[in-house]
Amino acid sequence: MKMSPAVTAGRSLLDKVWDLHKVGTLPSGQDQLFIGLHLIHEVTSPQAFQALKDRGLKVMFPGRTFATVDHIVPTDDQRRPFADEQAEAMMQAIEGNTREHGIRFFGLGTEEQGIVHIIGPELGLTQPGMTIACGDSHTSTHGALGSLAFGVGTSQIRDILATQTLSLTRPKVRKIDVSGSLAPGVSSKDLIIRIIADLGVNGGIGFAYEYAGSAIESLTMEARLTLCNMSIEAGARAGYVNPDATTFSYLRGRKFAPQGAEFDTALKYWKGIASDPDARYDDVFKLEGASVEPMVAWGINPGQAVGVTRRLPRVSDAKQEDRDALRKAYEHTGFGEDSPLQGLPIDVAFVGSCTNGRISDLREAARVVKGRTVSPRVKALAVPGSRSVARQAEAEGLAEVFRAAGFQWREAGCSMCLAMNPDKLTDRQVCASSSNRNFIGRQGSPKGRTLLMSPAMVAAAALAGEVVDVRTVGA
Amino acid sequence: MAATESMRVRVEGRAIPLPGDDIDTDRIIPARYLREITFEALGKYAFFDERYDESGKPKAHPLNDPRFAGGAILIVGRNFGCGSSREHAPQSLMRMGITAFIGESFAEIFSGNCTALGLPAARVSHEDAQAISAMVEGDPRAAVSIDLDAASITVSGRRFSFTMPDSDRRSLLTGEWDTTSVLLANEKAIKVAAARIPYVNSFRT
Repeated sequence: MKMSPAVTAGRSLLDKVWDLHKVGTLPSGQDQLFIGLHLIHEVTSPQAFQALKDRGLKVMFPGRTFATVDHIVPTDDQRRPFADEQAEAMMQAIEGNTREHGIRFFGLGTEEQGIVHIIGPELGLTQPGMTIACGDSHTSTHGALGSLAFGVGTSQIRDILATQTLSLTRPKVRKIDVSGSLAPGVSSKDLIIRIIADLGVNGGIGFAYEYAGSAIESLTMEARLTLCNMSIEAGARAGYVNPDATTFSYLRGRKFAPQGAEFDTALKYWKGIASDPDARYDDVFKLEGASVEPMVAWGINPGQAVGVTRRLPRVSDAKQEDRDALRKAYEHTGFGEDSPLQGLPIDVAFVGSCTNGRISDLREAARVVKGRTVSPRVKALAVPGSRSVARQAEAEGLAEVFRAAGFQWREAGCSMCLAMNPDKLTDRQVCASSSNRNFIGRQGSPKGRTLLMSPAMVAAAALAGEVVDVRTVGA
Repeated sequence: MAATESMRVRVEGRAIPLPGDDIDTDRIIPARYLREITFEALGKYAFFDERYDESGKPKAHPLNDPRFAGGAILIVGRNFGCGSSREHAPQSLMRMGITAFIGESFAEIFSGNCTALGLPAARVSHEDAQAISAMVEGDPRAAVSIDLDAASITVSGRRFSFTMPDSDRRSLLTGEWDTTSVLLANEKAIKVAAARIPYVNSFRT
């Protein structure tokens, strides 16, 4: 029987990519999904390789997994063996495992090394229409190129290594429709923090977020990467932007992207997997781009955020279900209810991470600090997300701008985002950070406090020694 | 696999109420304990910074409370396990003796990781979570039983219903929550799927 076109709803990118990669339905009712690109790093993979060994299993598609090191890598002294014996053992484990299983490894000292979510897109490994998984929750980043990408646990890394597939439930899709455009001085980091604040840190559970609308279409690829990166902070395991001309021109010429005639064939596939104009969504959330201002996530989760010109919320004004978390946030931070955000003193400034460690982020921050000096009370770090970003920043003179202003200029790695390497907060320090999580203890001190903001806002705070509105600083 | 010992039909034990929403995996297992290449020693580090001060002195925390010693079922709030995908989080709780969770909601990667380890994560309403917590607070020795087949929880004889994705419940009931062998059984179908995906074949299909 032929279906009438009138009742056939269009399909979203998620529907198309899912159906193409679906191997079958499992007895549990979940789908078995082929994973086109598997990325691994040193922290969550050794236990999976061990499990493989224990069961006498091999890697089914070694050519579809790529490895790098980022979390535990020191960003100052990278000489081996590392001073931290556990970190050194972890390095040796990934070196040995990738060698043994024939997996391509971008190790320390190679030109490709960097934070896994920076190098995937940068090397052209990440492409539209792919399914991508990595043992890291910020894998959602790769959705910026129109792929379906999500973080997995170590048991699932084992599954992918052994079978190149996962057992998964198809998520619902919420369209995040951002109209108009972002105001000057406002970045995609501010936009995603605003979305998280509006919809909640658990609002995205069970959903993939499709970011669409004119304000999204006009974002650069790097800005889209920042946006999709923090989908997980919204509770959404995946987030994506439909591939368009920006995506295709970003990919052209990248090392692992299709070359020559193959690129043109790829284009047809890539264009075809974008959501249909009449695609059906499980939910739609609308936001006016111009309403977004520079944001600061001041509390103990990324949804506890306000515009930089605002005052911190009163517990009594919050929704009933948010009050406990808000009380806990004030208890931890020691900040005052209803106090202004601007003028809040900081001790540390961190520009970097998989959220904001790309060349455009460093350019934004450098533009603010150029010819100025970091406040004497502030320790400031600029950490490139990859070797390639580091080289580019050095060639453009950005590294020198940072150094001259009083920033420490480092090698590539996750650095102060997550306290698995020597870069950590101490005691009650307050850090203006371009990273993604302000959880208690996240930056290495159980009493430390993290203010999440854009790289330009971090730069402005580093100069002033306190939270300021970057739009008033000028450049 | 599907050996009887992996089947999760009923999980019983005493419970530990752990209040709070949005408890993230950095709080469950601080990142500095992720620098070990096995999960084996993680049991002693669960909630470390919430349980001990800098000098190693125990703080007031449900997991340090002698009334709840030996508890195996953790009662939590909303969005438990949000943040990092680290399987170290449920691994550390499992290795300290936790066998199941009852909560208002769970972050997606966390609950997937729990199922992959054979740990049921049962969702109940806000009111029921409060009621169960209060009952256990009042009587820490109360017997708590999670019946996966009936999708119900019994606390000292009082019954509550819970929800859980059907696929998770089925995997736990049949004991097929360790998915590797289930997936590997479809090797032929995997190769067929791979052969039709354009980029897997350099766009020559």
